[in-house]
Amino acid sequence: MAASPPPRRQQTRAKDLERYASLFAKRTRVMRSSAMRDMMEITARPEVISLAGGLPDTSTFPPEAFAAEMTRIEKTAVAEVLQYGPTEGSMLVREQIVEVMAAEGTRVDAIDVTVTTGGQQGIDLITKTLIDPGDVIICDAPTYPGAIPTFCSYEADVRQIEMDADGMRMDLLEATIDTLEADGKRPKFIYSIPTFQNPGGVTLSLERRRRLVEIAREKEILVVEDNPYGLLRFEGDPLPTLYSLDGGNYVVYLGTFSKILSAGLRIGWLVTPTPIREKVVLGKQAADLCTSTLTQDFAGHFFQSGRWREYVDELTAIYRTRRDVMINAMAEYFPHGATWNKPQGGLFIWATMPDVLSTEDLLAKALSRNVAFVPGPNAYVDGRGASSMRLNFSGVKEDEIIEGIRRIGQVAREMLKLYETMTSTDEMKLPPVEREDPS
Amino acid sequence: MKVALLQGGRSLERGVSIRSGQRVTEALLDLDHEVEVLDLGPDLVGHLDKHRPDVVFIALHGTEGEDGTVQALLELLDIPFTGPGTAACIRCMDKSLAKYTLREHGLPTPDWVTYTEAAIRDFGAATTFGSAVKRVGLPLVAKPASQGSSLGVKVVTQLEQIPGALITALSYDERAMLETWVGGRELAVSVLGDEALPVVEAIPTDSNTYDFSARYEIGGASFECPADLPDGDAAEVERVALAAYEALGCSGFSRVDIILAEDGPQVLEVNAIPGLTETSLLPQAAEAAGLDFNAMVQRILDLATA
Repeated sequence: MAASPPPRRQQTRAKDLERYASLFAKRTRVMRSSAMRDMMEITARPEVISLAGGLPDTSTFPPEAFAAEMTRIEKTAVAEVLQYGPTEGSMLVREQIVEVMAAEGTRVDAIDVTVTTGGQQGIDLITKTLIDPGDVIICDAPTYPGAIPTFCSYEADVRQIEMDADGMRMDLLEATIDTLEADGKRPKFIYSIPTFQNPGGVTLSLERRRRLVEIAREKEILVVEDNPYGLLRFEGDPLPTLYSLDGGNYVVYLGTFSKILSAGLRIGWLVTPTPIREKVVLGKQAADLCTSTLTQDFAGHFFQSGRWREYVDELTAIYRTRRDVMINAMAEYFPHGATWNKPQGGLFIWATMPDVLSTEDLLAKALSRNVAFVPGPNAYVDGRGASSMRLNFSGVKEDEIIEGIRRIGQVAREMLKLYETMTSTDEMKLPPVEREDPS
Repeated sequence: MKVALLQGGRSLERGVSIRSGQRVTEALLDLDHEVEVLDLGPDLVGHLDKHRPDVVFIALHGTEGEDGTVQALLELLDIPFTGPGTAACIRCMDKSLAKYTLREHGLPTPDWVTYTEAAIRDFGAATTFGSAVKRVGLPLVAKPASQGSSLGVKVVTQLEQIPGALITALSYDERAMLETWVGGRELAVSVLGDEALPVVEAIPTDSNTYDFSARYEIGGASFECPADLPDGDAAEVERVALAAYEALGCSGFSRVDIILAEDGPQVLEVNAIPGLTETSLLPQAAEAAGLDFNAMVQRILDLATA
């Protein structure tokens, strides 16, 4: 229980606050903390079942495989892994990335691959390279919650396009592009996770993939295809990546080892046309010179050994079971009127409660029963998604998934019942209340 | 002095509590105290009883840390602790009880009604929403009876919005209040010992009057300390704040939140253990009174061990 006290540091006085406030760049105004984020701190407590994370289950990685790589490094590569490496990444890793992408039917040249410090740095670098303040980025609605702070920190004008069971709706995309054109604006890029989308769990259909690539060509807009989960497919036929449909002219590809090997190694990558790659590399140089040489060496050799295929198969089997456990628990415990999808792969299920429930409020109630999830508005820039939630099934054991879903279902049903009680009086026989504009 | 500092806990304000605790810990170390940082857990009582610190610094906010739970344990263990005692914490944490107490002492606080989840669920309380609105008027503020932050607070402008707003408020507590919305200047008066510190005014930077969420964050509001108030108003605000602090039985320190309406100050609530981070209002007020953070922390310790 006892923790050692933190070391002493320079103290801030109240009067310094104003001085600092006057120094902050304008873009930090969109980066402010919120009471909602504070609330999530409780998930750090061990008694909380967190369905909020996006964690791979690293407990399944064989310790002997880890030891073998470390022994090899100890015997042959100590000086090398303690040194700087090329900004683009080690050639070994880039070659292995080519192999991993080939497993999804995407052919690339190692020379076009830039290794990044996690996929997140890939999002940051491509945004840094392409976006001036006010430039438009189009993305899925809902979108990856971690991309929003990145887009906002470069002061992008983010437009989100609704998805249905087949992914981003192309009719709405085209309408949005037309409206923007009429205003004299051309989006710089379309950011999308076409396969097992985070947080929506849906997969962009083949027909829409073709159409998206066509739109990109017609309108000369880049598409940033983020594909962290493509290899974690539980069922159904694999679909071609946008990159492979386009051949890398208008599609920039973002990949990561985080979900198929380790999030802790922090290795992701970008595949870009040469002119963009040159700028990206300059941006990466400015950011961190190079991704960890040690973790690149580890990952490069692990992938070279070919063992990763078996490991991904194992993970996929585990996650498939967990998805099914979660879906069954939702069917049993979630209230009437709640909806959810059954993703064919990936890590997340997107569920929507009856629209009188706000999932931010529901989270407060759920936390009092020691269970957490991500409320829908975190995946939107404009407060939409008020009744939706993202649930993660990959990082939590089966019995905890069932218990977590049971508790969420219970608090949701309690709140709904209370709402019905309140609105069924003569005075209150009214349609559901519209929530205030969350802006 | 051997100080045990409590931070974290299980409330929704765990994050703020950890930041408060870290900041106070730095100050305690600077002041050459011996500090042990503790979180709430199953071995809390056993550990405190075994190690018997000279004083416990409670840097907890919200449920269990600020509602008398921890205070009652420490009174039982006979270990001195910072901030208000059990009874005052219970009164402040329950905003409805606090308002009854203020009224009994003739102090101004906006009209309100309180609903429990049970009353609505089991006893048909929903049929009284119309009379509640007649009593408190519109717009009104729906809020949980026991949260320290802006979480769960909604402004209601029409009767039909009450069920939605109450569902929100009742997500954070089993009791919710509908309180008259009072427009005016938002003031916070921190009290240290029996002395009111200079008044802090929160001036929202967003024009949306009803947006509470941004107020207490850097960038969401600018803070003026001391607030630029006419002498008469300042004296009245200070008098009301001290009277509220005393009426609720507070000791050590607390923060009284007040709206200065056209017809004078109205007490909204008293925070038994307000935030103690670098950006919090109590440290700002203390500094305006000439007490830097370390001196403020030492004064809080002295008050606890006197």
